[in-house]
Amino acid sequence: MVCCICKAKPATVHLTQIQGDKVQKVDLCEECAKDKGVNDSTFAIADMLLGLGASQEIEQAAGGPDVKCPKCGFSQSDFKKSGRLGCAECYTTFAEGLEGLLKSMHKGIRHAGKVPEGLRQTRDLVDRLGLLQKKLAKAIATENFEEAALLRDEIKQISSRPANPVTTSP
Amino acid sequence: MELNDFLISPAEVARRKGPHDRIVMSSRVRLARNIREGVFPGWAKKPERVRVLDLVRPALESLPELKGAFSESMEHLSTLDKNLLVERHLISREHAAKREGSGLVLNREESFCVMINEEDHLRIQALRPGLQLRQAWVAVDHLDSVLEKKLNYAFSPELGYLTACPTNLGTGIRVSAMLHLPGLVLAEQINPIIQSVNKLGLAVRGLYGEGTEALGNVFQVSNQMTLGESESTIVERLEKVLAQIIEHEENARATLLEKKPKMVHNHIGRAYGILANAHSISSKETMNLLSLLRLGVDLGSFPSVERSLVDELILMTQPAHLQTVHSGKLSAEERDLLRADMLRGRLKPVSRPVAKTGSGLDKADN
Ligand SMILES: [Zn+2]
Ligand SMILES: [Zn+2]
Repeated sequence: MVCCICKAKPATVHLTQIQGDKVQKVDLCEECAKDKGVNDSTFAIADMLLGLGASQEIEQAAGGPDVKCPKCGFSQSDFKKSGRLGCAECYTTFAEGLEGLLKSMHKGIRHAGKVPEGLRQTRDLVDRLGLLQKKLAKAIATENFEEAALLRDEIKQISSRPANPVTTSP
Repeated sequence: MELNDFLISPAEVARRKGPHDRIVMSSRVRLARNIREGVFPGWAKKPERVRVLDLVRPALESLPELKGAFSESMEHLSTLDKNLLVERHLISREHAAKREGSGLVLNREESFCVMINEEDHLRIQALRPGLQLRQAWVAVDHLDSVLEKKLNYAFSPELGYLTACPTNLGTGIRVSAMLHLPGLVLAEQINPIIQSVNKLGLAVRGLYGEGTEALGNVFQVSNQMTLGESESTIVERLEKVLAQIIEHEENARATLLEKKPKMVHNHIGRAYGILANAHSISSKETMNLLSLLRLGVDLGSFPSVERSLVDELILMTQPAHLQTVHSGKLSAEERDLLRADMLRGRLKPVSRPVAKTGSGLDKADN
């Protein structure tokens, strides 16, 4: 078996990680293992897979290696080198390419945990709005115009409230 | 203040009690957080990192929860200081390599330790002895909630807390426990256990994450996925898995004592023999033998010895800690001699292990 990074030297370090029903196997030679920090406390297979496959995905989605984050100047080739992003804005810049990657390494692609208190209200509103719009569409489809009118009023009322300025979405 | 004067003594650290501390040595919950307007530390230039440090450090120092904390920029810490912190699992090796533009805030009880500008602007950690994952989560959640009022975090409603590495995205949480599993190792059951833990999306690492073989039979179990489920769900999963590992370890110990008492007592007796009589011993060999001594204490082979003595020695015999009790700079060879001196001295009052087994052979397998 040859090393999956240099594709030259024989692989002596074998790592397997199972996430959900996905088995990720990595076979490395001594040198590449050292290079990738297999002996380092911060090593994670996901990090390494990032360096191997993810950058291509990002390259395609973001329109090639020349795309740079407008805020910090980070490019996909920098990501290939480090497996880390440059700033918070990078998540917007490289959003499309990241999606597949996030799917492969996490339970889901939508945050389901803690929300800073200042943003919590805003998120509740956004959720409520989405729900109302779904109900509205259903009401129209079933020709329940009385309910549709009520829903429209409520949507209008919520939408007219000032939005929280700190919220940004990638 | 000097770091070594601030740190709690190894003896005191070792005497801390926690649920299931016979097997679970410590619990930790870490949150990764970043400042919205800042560039992540790995990509930021030095002035930018210094700017973030100067913003974050005073915010941390002002929290009542961190009153009287040790707060320092990494370039003001000596290599010895940094290694002391690594040996106590308070900072990562990665953080120990940092200098100007990175920092550390550690509270008096050593229950909170915040790394500033490690891989993320903030790595907020809550630490507890024994199995206390939920308590550690509640503590770190609270500290984070107080801090978020003072700092503008990088957060997106869809992706959660934005982190330098996509592997930490979302909750930014890493829930982990350090486990002492000599029974499973001796019974050769550790690999299937690791495999099944991996299947649940959890990672198993060694004492300092080195390789796959764990030094001193100490393993760290932690979550890997951080996006798409809540912190509580993640903590709960870890709790369930750890309860099972504890049960397997206890079973392995009981089975070994019943089926292979000679093998177990041979290991413990030899470990005692070497530790109590060696004149030169490496840190690695010490770790592995102290693990067996710890098992011996758990199994009643040393009726007069508290487990805390072994835990204190585990800490004190590591290179940086050993250096703190000697004034001159020690070479590796000198350390091996002094380590052996310390072990002989501390184990002198400890009598030979009691083996509750008669003469004869261990039962054959099955
Ligand atoms: Zn290679
Ligand atoms: Zn950027």
